[in-house]
Amino acid sequence: MTAPVVVDDLVVRYGALTAVDGVSLTALAGTVTAVLGPNGAGKTSTIETLEGYRRPTSGTVRVLGLDPIADHAAVCRSIGAMLQEGGVYPTMSPSDALRLFAAYYPDPLDPDELLERVGLLDAARTPWRRLSGGERQRLSLALALVGQPLVAFLDEPTAGVDPGGRIVIRDVIRRLREDGVAVVLTTHELDEAARLADRIVIIDHGRVVADGTPGELTGSGAGSDIRFGAPPGIDVDALSVRISARVTEVEPGEYRVDGAGTPERVAALTSWLAERGIALGDLRAGRQTLEDVFLRLTGDTGTSPVLTGPRQRRRHRAGSR
Amino acid sequence: MSSARAVRAQARAEIAMTLRRGESLLLTLGIPVVLLGFFSLIGYPDRTVTGGIKTAAFLTPGIAALAVMSTAMVSLAIATGFERQYGVLKRLGTTPLGRPSLLTAKIAAVLVVEALQLVVIWLAGVALGWQPRGDVITVGVEVVVATAAFAGVGLLMAGTLRAEMTLATANGIYLLLLLTSGMVVPLSKLPGSVQGIARALPAANLADALHATLGTGGGVPARAWAVLLAWAVLAPLAAARTFRWE
Repeated sequence: MTAPVVVDDLVVRYGALTAVDGVSLTALAGTVTAVLGPNGAGKTSTIETLEGYRRPTSGTVRVLGLDPIADHAAVCRSIGAMLQEGGVYPTMSPSDALRLFAAYYPDPLDPDELLERVGLLDAARTPWRRLSGGERQRLSLALALVGQPLVAFLDEPTAGVDPGGRIVIRDVIRRLREDGVAVVLTTHELDEAARLADRIVIIDHGRVVADGTPGELTGSGAGSDIRFGAPPGIDVDALSVRISARVTEVEPGEYRVDGAGTPERVAALTSWLAERGIALGDLRAGRQTLEDVFLRLTGDTGTSPVLTGPRQRRRHRAGSR
Repeated sequence: MSSARAVRAQARAEIAMTLRRGESLLLTLGIPVVLLGFFSLIGYPDRTVTGGIKTAAFLTPGIAALAVMSTAMVSLAIATGFERQYGVLKRLGTTPLGRPSLLTAKIAAVLVVEALQLVVIWLAGVALGWQPRGDVITVGVEVVVATAAFAGVGLLMAGTLRAEMTLATANGIYLLLLLTSGMVVPLSKLPGSVQGIARALPAANLADALHATLGTGGGVPARAWAVLLAWAVLAPLAAARTFRWE
């Protein structure tokens, strides 16, 4: 059986800008595939090509074996899409919106049951424009699912959602996996990808830089360097010489050592800091977190919004308009 | 093509949203009925303005034309413009509803709202002294053809301009055409150049057609049919060619 979602050497250009530059990926039924990358990496362009909004400049995309543009009507009956911007009538309540969307599909879910599943029963009669960001995202998710899709495309499903809402959204996504749906979601939040995904595809500058299970990505082979936190602006050149490995400040106050995390090197590092009275924030050697992998693969220079704080998320949303 | 159930549900939603929008009701019912009542009750300062006929008899057909224009062009343009801006149209693009069904639902909703408006104006006109005349079928055809023309113009704006620009432009055109299309002031009272321009536009030709059918009882001028039909074909074509969904 072919995979429900197949992207093969996809290139998407907007004029002179190449948004997607040879991406290939597949997503299987009953799995959650997270497409992870910094802003502008080409995640949304990839998803929107799968949804039929963008025409590939070259390469092919197939959803359930169909071309999302040529077979648009057939594809739309079997997919559920959650866009980054809500796209709901501002005066419409969740209850009315779900009932309306249910009428588009041959075999929809019960709108009330779905409202309960996404935790919107209390807001069922509130117009969309008065819903909170998290409530809007949950309604948007419910609208994507009301038609019982075989494939769900979720673009930043938890962006701007409060912790309680995130738990609800994660539960809904896990249930989709149990029901055999192929879920493809984008995120720039590592934590989200690590929690949800069976498979993570890391994209940067329009290219796939890593593809594997969370365990494969953080496991052996990749995890040999040292990361530590200290006040910004320490003399990395002097430190590099002392510990015989290159030290880079990847974010202000976040340092990476490109060299094996041996006890000797860690000892040299800490004594160098101690001699200068520099406080050590945290220290990690050996096995990497997904964040370490991500920062290394995306050649991060400290400008990536990958460290998820509210500030970065806002900047991301403003930049995506 | 989606099911009839989808189109019905969409049309019902469109009608409900239109009737719930206060500013839309002001434009489509409030202003027409107030104009009809105000001028019918106080009359024009100079009786020759209406060519000697009773004010309500002159105004009722013109106000009916205004009502059609307000719903098919202004209200449709503003609603669709904001739906585009809010990403609603884009969102619908991944549902099985499909664009032809969405358009069908929107047009059905416009026709239903127009029917409501015409009933209200009909009743108000009668109450103010208009002697009802004209056959429903001819009026229906005039309204449907004009609706296609106005909707084409409205969607041309909604599909190309920013929503705020569509709002401003549609309201501006509404006011301009209200005054210069023989709806509340007979065309013959306007300068020749204004008359010339007005006779090339759908608004004045719908007003002429409705004046003939509902008012004076003369035949609808061939020119009115020709201009209305031309706009009814060309404006939707232009809208279809230029409409941007995102």
